[in-house]
Amino acid sequence: MTHVHRDDFGSRLGMWLFLVTEMVLFGGLFIAYSAMRHRYPMEFHHAGAELNAVLGITNTVVLLTSSLTVVLSIVAIQRNERSRAIGFLSTTLGLGFVFLIIKGFEWAAKFHHGLYPNSAHLATLPPGEQVFFGLYFSMTGLHGVHVIAGMGVLAWVLGMVVKGTVNADKYVHLENAGLYWHLVDVIWIFLLPLFYLAA
Amino acid sequence: MTTQPSYLDYTGNGTGLKAWLTSTDHKRVGLLYLYSMISFFLVAVGIGVVMRLVQLYPFQHLVKAQTYNALFTLHGVIMIFLFVVPGLPAIFGNFFLPILIGAKDVAFPRLNLASWYFFMAGAILAILSLFTGGGAPDTGWTFYAPFSLKTGTNISLAVFGAFVLGFSSMLTGINFIVTIHRLRAPGMTFFRMPLMAWALYSTSWIQLLATPILAITLVLVILERFFGIGIFDPAKGGDPLLYQHLFWIYSHPAVYIMILPGMGAISEILPTFCKRPIFGYKAIAFSSMSIAGVGSLVWAHHMFTSGMSEFANMVFSLLTMIVAVPSAIKVFNWVSTLYKGSIDFQPPLLFALTFIFLFCIGGLTGVMQGALAINVHIHDTYFIVGHFHYVMFGGTGFALFAALLYWFPKMFGKMYSKRAIYASWLPLFVGFNMLYFGMLILGMMGMPRRYYVHLPQFHWMHVFATVGSWLLVLGLLMYFGTLLYAIFRGKKADANPWGGVSLEWTIPSPPPLENFETIPTITTGPYHFAEEEK
Repeated sequence: MTHVHRDDFGSRLGMWLFLVTEMVLFGGLFIAYSAMRHRYPMEFHHAGAELNAVLGITNTVVLLTSSLTVVLSIVAIQRNERSRAIGFLSTTLGLGFVFLIIKGFEWAAKFHHGLYPNSAHLATLPPGEQVFFGLYFSMTGLHGVHVIAGMGVLAWVLGMVVKGTVNADKYVHLENAGLYWHLVDVIWIFLLPLFYLAA
Repeated sequence: MTTQPSYLDYTGNGTGLKAWLTSTDHKRVGLLYLYSMISFFLVAVGIGVVMRLVQLYPFQHLVKAQTYNALFTLHGVIMIFLFVVPGLPAIFGNFFLPILIGAKDVAFPRLNLASWYFFMAGAILAILSLFTGGGAPDTGWTFYAPFSLKTGTNISLAVFGAFVLGFSSMLTGINFIVTIHRLRAPGMTFFRMPLMAWALYSTSWIQLLATPILAITLVLVILERFFGIGIFDPAKGGDPLLYQHLFWIYSHPAVYIMILPGMGAISEILPTFCKRPIFGYKAIAFSSMSIAGVGSLVWAHHMFTSGMSEFANMVFSLLTMIVAVPSAIKVFNWVSTLYKGSIDFQPPLLFALTFIFLFCIGGLTGVMQGALAINVHIHDTYFIVGHFHYVMFGGTGFALFAALLYWFPKMFGKMYSKRAIYASWLPLFVGFNMLYFGMLILGMMGMPRRYYVHLPQFHWMHVFATVGSWLLVLGLLMYFGTLLYAIFRGKKADANPWGGVSLEWTIPSPPPLENFETIPTITTGPYHFAEEEK
């Protein structure tokens, strides 16, 4: 196109609207969760005890810290401190990896105990607990996909910071990537009490 | 006069097919949608004709029963996801929204082109699902659990296609909302926007708020099929009704995604051919928003016979009746616009009036179904099929035809033969009513939808409807044939062939690349006709 059009406010608005759609996407799962929890309160209570709350809370701390470092990297780029911005962004990415690794250990433990969809062991449990684990794997799985996507976006923006196309003048890409990362964080904050603290 | 080349002649990013496939110009993207959607539409029409033929005795064994199931699924999926839902916003929204509000393009032009690619990718996935895996999906376009979870046909791929299409729809919605908030010309306040822009604005909000629910529902279907997570499976403690709720939480508002932009286009056409401002501008603008709002709360009226609680049935019945109010406000305003207008009877107006007529039948039969007692009788019969074709085809379809006739000279810079269009209207209108009014009657008599065979007492009406479908196809061929001919051989059209006053008529036909030489400053409302000045 011949004309150059730049509207940072518009870009952020677009990102916020996209976040709305992500909220609604998870909203569908939250509806399913509430309907099922209403139907099987005791089973949810019981199945929730199977989850490792310590690991869940650790992961919450990891994600919250990673959100903080994204904010710090935005502040750094506003002050034209590129190397610090790169450092903070890399920390965020690293914490994202830590989150995924902890999550992986959790899932592996569940599989080890035969607690996974369609498993023979799960089929012997009461229906409410089966649904609990169905929801657990769907919701944390979808969240995990979002963590991976968020890390992809952050890595892409990191590349732009290194190249200098994201700089003190023009950092809306970084802001938007940060917004997305906060969303990933916020959703996790809801998942934690719904599953790990359900017992 | 402008010195810019028209968007059709612009060669800055190459020529030929590549220039079109890489152009982020909102007008070219609009045409990409136009061509692809009309192609899908005609394919789905063909499938519909085959389905009608099967209901005639000599052709009863034209296809097998399983194929018939696949045909109505395919007809529904193509029509809903590839034509009616994205139709008006993607074609005319893309082409005209920036022009109507005095902008050079949408807010995110590259995202806009990407949306078209998502659209095509979704379409290709849906087509692939026909020929791979366990064969063409046979669930109907609603993919109801538990059948969609158990059938051996290739549901997962088709559902994933619909998921990708949803993405396209959502991204278009985001694009339009940001465009309307950020790119209005100086002086173009919200209440000076043409009603098409208002309609697109409310539509975009529904796309934004409803489509993700469909996305997650379809993801759950895929997860269920691959991993057996059990959320919709009663054997594992899940609930198939939950599927219906989630599905209709999207798919009912989707009905308003389909109809609102059509209503917007009608609100543009009527003032132009009555040469007076639209009656009740604010009422129409607000009714768009309230249809979007209330329309999001009526989904369970698709489930009155599914075993929900009596109380839920009553609440949803009431809400369903309420949504008829803003729709009726629009109809009354349109009719009042005609009153004492100096009517210039041209093809777009004919189709717009046809829209109002057909939409009234579709809307009123909808209110009938909202009544619980009637609903139990006609649930899952041809009455439903007739009703939603009156709304979807008689409403959205005819609105799209009217909009295409109205804006065709602007889009292509060519004028079609008005006489040929009048001639195509007759078989279209007669065929349409024979086919779908026939279905309404069949439904009242008790003919269930989706059945491969029917009882002898229904046969004469099936014959009547099938003959109607032939007339309808004849009309469609004449209509599109006329327009296709006009693209190549049509006479050159003026910048303002209808005497319209909104912004698109102030620029040349076809529009230059950046729409406006200089961005206009707006000082009046959108339908400011000279005669009306006081």
